[in-house]
Parts: sequence; C-alpha cells; structure tokens
Amino acid sequence: MFKWLRGGTGQATAEGGREVLPRSKRHSSALKELHRNLAREENISILDLGATSAANISLFTGRGMKVCTEDLIVASTDPDLQIKDFDGNPTYDIDRFLKDNLAFEMRSFDAVLFWDIADYLPEPLVKPVIERICSLMKPGGHLLAFFHTKDAGPNSPYSRYHIAGEDTLDVQPIPRKGSGGYYKLLRVFNNRHIENLFRDFASLKFFLARDNMREVLIIR
Amino acid sequence: MAETPKIVDRRSDIASIGKSVVIKGELSGSEDLYLDGEVEGSIVLNGNSLTVGPNGRVRAHIKAREVIVHGKVDGNILSAQRVELRRSAAVLGDISSQRIMIEDGAFVKGSIDVQKDAKSSPAPASVPAPQAAEVTK
Repeated sequence: MFKWLRGGTGQATAEGGREVLPRSKRHSSALKELHRNLAREENISILDLGATSAANISLFTGRGMKVCTEDLIVASTDPDLQIKDFDGNPTYDIDRFLKDNLAFEMRSFDAVLFWDIADYLPEPLVKPVIERICSLMKPGGHLLAFFHTKDAGPNSPYSRYHIAGEDTLDVQPIPRKGSGGYYKLLRVFNNRHIENLFRDFASLKFFLARDNMREVLIIR
Repeated sequence: MAETPKIVDRRSDIASIGKSVVIKGELSGSEDLYLDGEVEGSIVLNGNSLTVGPNGRVRAHIKAREVIVHGKVDGNILSAQRVELRRSAAVLGDISSQRIMIEDGAFVKGSIDVQKDAKSSPAPASVPAPQAAEVTK
C-alpha cells in the first residue's frame, strides 16, 4: 500500500494483526553536506529530535560527539498537554511542552536533526518549537529538516531515520502506540512557508530529492 | 506481548528484588543486583552491576559499574564502564558511560555522553546492526 512512498519497494507485512510498513533506504544530499560541515568541527553536540535511533546514537557517540535525544512527536501526544483556554476552547499547553521537552540549561548545540517533525507536530506547537530550537543552537549551527511534498499523500507515515551512511538514511515507519495505525501527515509546507518558519536563521539551502521529500539544511 | 528477556539463570547468582517490592530511599550495595520492582530515591552500586528487569520501574539516579535496562528508568545513569539499553527499555534522563549499547526499540529522552577510558584504547559505542532494509536507489 505504501510501497510507493519514499522510494521503498518492500511489502507491508502483518504483525499481531497490524500492518507493518517496510523499512526503506533513501539518499540524502543534505545529510551529506551536514556530515561534511561537521567534519571540520570538534567537540560537537547534537540534538536529535526524531524517534530514538540506536544507530544514530552509536554513530555520534562513537565519534566523540555529545548527543541529546527527544522524541517530539511522541511527546506531543501527551493528553495532559491538551487544555482549554479561558473561553473553554481546546488548545495546547505550549509552555509545558517546551519546558518538558526542549529545556537544556546552559547547553547549546552545533547541530539539530529535526527530520520531518514539522509535518507531524500539532499546529500550535510548530512555531514555538522552531523558535525554541533557534535559541538552543550555536551561531553557525546546522539544522537538518525534511518536508513532504504534496505528492507524498496524507498517509505518509512518521518514520525513524537511522543514519546508514554519509548520504544514506534507513527509514523505518513508526506505528502509533495504542492506535494500531501510523502517525499521519498533518500538513504540507511550501518553500515560502519554510522560509517564513525559519526566518530567524541565517540561511536555508534547499535540496531536491527524487522522492516526495524536500530537504533543507538551515544555518543558525 | 513483550518478549521476556532470558536472564533467569543470571538472576539465581545475584541479589534480586522482585517485581512486587517497592523501595523508597537510597539503595546501595557492594554486589551485583537484579531489580524487577520499583525504586524511588537513588541507587549506588559502585564497582558492581545493576540490571533493571522488564518489570523494573526506577525513579532514581543510578551509579554503578555496569547498568543493563529492560524496564523503565526515570533518572540519570552514571556508569563507570557500560550501559546497555535493551529493546523494551525506556530511559528518561542523562546517561554517562564509557560504552553504551542500545537495541533498536529502546526509548531515550535525555543526553548521552560517552566518556572514553584514558587507559585503554577507545571503545566505540556499539549497537546491533539495523534490520536489513531494501535498497531502492
């Protein structure tokens, strides 16, 4: 069903009655450039905001880097974050989300792996999260972000990105706990949206991918 | 249902805290410990290893030579040698160790700092190879 996504050719399989989407590999030019830029630096600290990847942690710690991991998408599903405003309308407890998940006292990062999180974060969190990330990065620090294009379709699953090589990612769709399904794409950003979202950053470099993703390497 | 790790043989040789036991306060000792219950406070096992079993629920900072986690830890882990996070592990806290091994499926929320041993040659963190994935490009 999803095999056309991300260039994957594997077949979905069933596990415990639930469809398990296959892993696939994809080329990433932005990752290659990030690697190249980080190779020039020392004592690097990295913030990985995607789903926990053992391979990524191994790669970075093996190179003497410091790593922080936070799974923002899973954290955003905390029901306690859904509160009501003064008028009784449902809203998000943004301050609490930032305090619980993006508070790093006295620490700043050389690189942030943002992956495609912006496409799956609840709308009220997107802008505050990016503003907070900007404040957590060192000047000149790098942020790697992916954005789905319209052609990806609404069923594109949220995935764990394992770095499998200098320019290769192993993409593993992540089932949503308790639902039997997958996280769905919440929105599609166009280039202008992306530029606006990251307007506090110094520069953005877009990379065209062959699949339905847009890669962006952003410099703080 | 989560797969139960095969650690029964090892448990028979070391001190063990069962899954119905709840401890609040400081837990310290000078022998290896298997913990499948709940601990809230701190755990100090200098020079020894701690295994948090699949039912283990720890809300404490841990200091030990070696820490193996199957269950949940809410607190920092400071290990002199090695930390292993098995596939069912969930750690909310900072990890500092000479070596770290994380299985696919483990959840970590916090920082990971691998301190190299100055005496021995650098030992890179190790993880099981990712499952085979199909190459499409």
